[in-house]
Amino acid sequence: MSSEELDIKPEDLLKFDYDPPKQDWMDPSVAFRKGTYCYSCAPKHLEYLEMANPREWQPHDKDWKLPENWKEIVFEGMRDRLSKYRSFQLFMDICVRCGACADKCHFFIGSGDPKNMPVLRAELLRSVYRNDFTAVGKILGKLAGGRELTEDVIKEWFYYFYQCTECRRCSVFCPYGIDTAEITMMARELLNLLGLNITWALEPAANCQRTGNHLGIQPHTFKDSLEFFQDEIEDITGVKVNLPISKKGADVLFVTPSGDYFADPGTFTLMGYMMLFHEIGLDYTWSPYASEGGNFGLFNSHELMKQLNAKIYAEAKRLGVKWILGGECGHMWRVVNQYMDTMNGPADFLEEPVSPITGTKFENAKSTKMVHIAEFTADLMKHNKVKLDPSRNDSLRVTFHDSCNPSRAMGLLEEPRHVLKSVCNHFYEMPENTIREQTYCCAGGAGLGTDENMEMRMRGGFPRGNALRHVQEKHDVNRLACVCAIDRATLIPLADYWAPGVVVTGVHELVGNALVMKGEKERELDMRGDPLNEMEGDEDV
Amino acid sequence: MLRDLLSRKRARIVEKWFDVILETYPEDTSKFLKKGKDPFANPVRHTILQGVEGVYDALLKEGQSPEALNDFLDKVIRIRAVQDFSPSQALAFVFSLKGVIREVLGKEIRENHLHDQLLLLETRIDALALRAFDVYMGCREEIYELRVSEVKRMREQALRLLERTDRVFQKRKEDEDAPSRDS
Repeated sequence: MSSEELDIKPEDLLKFDYDPPKQDWMDPSVAFRKGTYCYSCAPKHLEYLEMANPREWQPHDKDWKLPENWKEIVFEGMRDRLSKYRSFQLFMDICVRCGACADKCHFFIGSGDPKNMPVLRAELLRSVYRNDFTAVGKILGKLAGGRELTEDVIKEWFYYFYQCTECRRCSVFCPYGIDTAEITMMARELLNLLGLNITWALEPAANCQRTGNHLGIQPHTFKDSLEFFQDEIEDITGVKVNLPISKKGADVLFVTPSGDYFADPGTFTLMGYMMLFHEIGLDYTWSPYASEGGNFGLFNSHELMKQLNAKIYAEAKRLGVKWILGGECGHMWRVVNQYMDTMNGPADFLEEPVSPITGTKFENAKSTKMVHIAEFTADLMKHNKVKLDPSRNDSLRVTFHDSCNPSRAMGLLEEPRHVLKSVCNHFYEMPENTIREQTYCCAGGAGLGTDENMEMRMRGGFPRGNALRHVQEKHDVNRLACVCAIDRATLIPLADYWAPGVVVTGVHELVGNALVMKGEKERELDMRGDPLNEMEGDEDV
Repeated sequence: MLRDLLSRKRARIVEKWFDVILETYPEDTSKFLKKGKDPFANPVRHTILQGVEGVYDALLKEGQSPEALNDFLDKVIRIRAVQDFSPSQALAFVFSLKGVIREVLGKEIRENHLHDQLLLLETRIDALALRAFDVYMGCREEIYELRVSEVKRMREQALRLLERTDRVFQKRKEDEDAPSRDS
């Protein structure tokens, strides 16, 4: 039988089109491929937070069950925000599409999807603004870069604005200073008006509203957890550290992300804090009501962000502390440093933070009254107020991932490095254009750090993974330190995929290892309970 | 000898092969991938280029270890396995090497009657493709494993929390019971 006798010719079977689809950016159609998007939030959490349109739905469903007047809602929402926020109006009008931001987004660099170029992602919203809110757009429509608002546009917004981690790397390069994360924030607010949100961004916010932390851990369990770590520390060091909880009139309220007392490796960092505070005799307190540094309100709406942030200050007032010390958290610092003051401030019932140990005035926290732990600890070390044995970290070859928000939203660049260099003998920087203000995101921030979009996280995580792999090959780096609880969770799979063998760690875990405590027994174990200075990957013999 | 031709025209062939790969990305992206040379600002370009150069050289070398070949394939495939490509789109680059070689060396192959050697080379490229399937599947499996590990980690932490609470509860109960036992 010859091939001519068949209906199908062999070459037909081999017809593959490998050319990328020629898609105009104005075409909003999106294919929701599993692995690339996050699932919707369960209606019970929306109901709890009294948010719009609670219902069962998923992004891969054809019908998203939008409210009947959804278009009106979006336009009204845009109108309201344009009149309320001058920045939003400005960011909609001012961009000249110079392209400086285009190749700076980790999702664009890793995915190659042009709609991940920050300018184009913003254009998805801006085109609707242009079409319906500007005179030229109303007349010229598409010719002026305007697009009609359709359901497909809403789906495209969902896909791309929940694919931005609000890391603000692109903003560093914008000559006009457009804060692209704020465009994503506005888009997410508009989506929320239709009940379009994702589990990982909203459920933690609902939990936090209810119990004081993202995980929904209640006060007695919070206390039990801390007591457990107190025991662990005693096992490792022989020292029973003090554990003040809800102590009225303490000098300092300490607030850290719940990941620190719930999930490894954050727990090792938390033990580091407890040991340090005990050792320097800090008069401080934990609080189960302010048991969350993170603020997932930031990833949903300004109202929610304000509510969650206010709880911390309300608790500081109730306990009558002088000022607040914040743990290793990422976006908490964006909220505190850039929004708190105009949202809930001024916190004039608190005192201007002064270190009771060194007398240093934390001038930059004058108004918010909240100091970052890395700054506090670096100051202690600079004044030689703690005894350290960095050789206890000698098996570790450490690099530092600047977490997006502490670096770009508050300029915290040198302090964590000072701490790391004080407690480790082997510290190596990743390449210059991947750290400090130019740091690459972990690709799991802003509520995207969940498992169902792992493929997307790996795309966005590639620029960081590539730089990490570089120092792993060049300097045998085996530890990736960071000061963010989201990083401590999301960098684990990132490192496993792009630089296998590198272990993720908090900065204060390494402080805990190196800290020489009064009355301690001879230290044999590190914070993880592993023998000190055993090389990573060593097996028991 | 075809091998000599392949070595002599290495730069041209690798460049063309690399270009064919970049063309599989949308226009704006391939422009970016072509221009930026900084390995950290444009890691996809840098890593894929390293990969194709390595694969090409390994293909020509006799006695090349399969591990080394896999490592170079991995550089290209690890990236494409998570990008927006179907499996066939992700791996088509292996087969496109055949077209590139025929295009660059077609005339010389005809003139020097090297078709037999070309067939042999193409068989090697087919074997390379099989190897590429393995690498691709390995990467995809890793993604699924990362998902499972993440979920397991969460579950383990939650269980530990429960266990911890239970332990503290037990201890408290023992402490409460203790005085009555003493008396």
